Amino acid sequence: MSIWEYANPKRFMQTSGVLLPWVTGLALLCLVVGLIWGFFFTPDADKFGSTVKIIYLHVPAAMMAISAWMMMLVTSLIWLIRRHHVSALSAKAAAPVGLTFTVIGLVTGAIWGEPMWGTWWAWDPRLTSFLILALFYLGYLALWEAVEDKDTAADLTSVLCIVGSVFAFLSRYAVLFWNQGLHQGASLSMDKTEHVSDVYWLPLVVCIAGFVLLFVTLVLLRTRTEIRARRLSALLARERLA
Amino acid sequence: MKALLIRDMRLAMRAGGGFGLGLAFFLLVAVIVPLGVGPEQAVLGRIAPGILWVGALLSCLLSLDRIFALDFEDGSLDLLATSPMPLEGVVAVKSAAHWLVTGLPLVVVSPILGLLLNLAPEGYVWLLASLGLGTPALSVIGSFGAALTVGLKRGGLLMSLLVLPLYMPTLIFGAEVVKRGAQGLAVATPLALLAAITAGSLALLPFAAAAAIRVNLR
Repeated sequence: MSIWEYANPKRFMQTSGVLLPWVTGLALLCLVVGLIWGFFFTPDADKFGSTVKIIYLHVPAAMMAISAWMMMLVTSLIWLIRRHHVSALSAKAAAPVGLTFTVIGLVTGAIWGEPMWGTWWAWDPRLTSFLILALFYLGYLALWEAVEDKDTAADLTSVLCIVGSVFAFLSRYAVLFWNQGLHQGASLSMDKTEHVSDVYWLPLVVCIAGFVLLFVTLVLLRTRTEIRARRLSALLARERLA
Repeated sequence: MKALLIRDMRLAMRAGGGFGLGLAFFLLVAVIVPLGVGPEQAVLGRIAPGILWVGALLSCLLSLDRIFALDFEDGSLDLLATSPMPLEGVVAVKSAAHWLVTGLPLVVVSPILGLLLNLAPEGYVWLLASLGLGTPALSVIGSFGAALTVGLKRGGLLMSLLVLPLYMPTLIFGAEVVKRGAQGLAVATPLALLAAITAGSLALLPFAAAAAIRVNLR
């Protein structure tokens, strides 16, 4: 029993079909609990007022935006090295989800920034690198669409994904590289005491778990759709030949 | 390698190669901006570093699709790929040729355009230094974008979408060098970062570009 068994589309479809309802349910549960807890049952912060509550969308979305690219990097490498089609398709499936998370991160950040910093947008290192990440997602998706041959498209986008991961890392660590800028440093850490107080921390962790599960749900769903689309086009091609 | 370099440069410089187009575009950008924002010397002087860098970047972008597209169409890229020279070397040589016919002329004429845009006198050395250090990175990154889109029919627009995000760090630090230089501040940090970007992309991107070409030639 190894992970590579799931490289077989049939095995993948079977297992993911069983897993999908559970993951979906868990994602919904975590999101509903986390967001309601965060929005209605936490006190307003003294300096921020109620605007602090957007953190429950902003932080998980931003984390997943970068993590999604990391996942695409891993699956792209697997595709380039071991040529498993499911791997390439899951990278393709993850890209629009990651783009959406990136946009959610940018938009909620702007909405949060307006009352706090007095501006919707600032050319701060983290904001800039995040915008570049969004553009990379766009370019990645456009390249998938532009190349007709499926395997060529998978190869080219994989190479692009590897090059683009530099920027994903950059936006992950931008706060640490540059001290200047408006965006504050890490507010969540396991080993330090400097993170936000527990009242906000617990619902935030639930929300992050919810976003991770939501990402897994969407990627599984989209990968299954891609596999079905492949099967369909294979069937059509066979019919045309017969 | 030398033969390939000379061949590429000859092809680019002779009629129909588009040599000088990028240069003319760069000149036009520098002429158009004062017409657009008004001829106030103080304003122009302040935005000159950014305008010159953006202009250099865009005129570099203009000629990128020529790096591989023509050779792909007439089949000489297949010959180059099967030649004893490694494809990574071919990519490196071709981007070097692109830099020599596009980047280097931009660097040389940039002080004159700086004059048009009223760049502060302290800035000229740093303008030359930053463009000289930064434009090789533009050519190499561009050759990666060109390699990704070489097989596509209308890949030009897609290539811009892929290449421009990759250009941003070079632009940020390049313009920062000139801006600080023009104000008489220390330029060591952005200059070092710019050099790091160039060195890093020179070392790594030919491999990525060669991988993309192999896929596209399959």
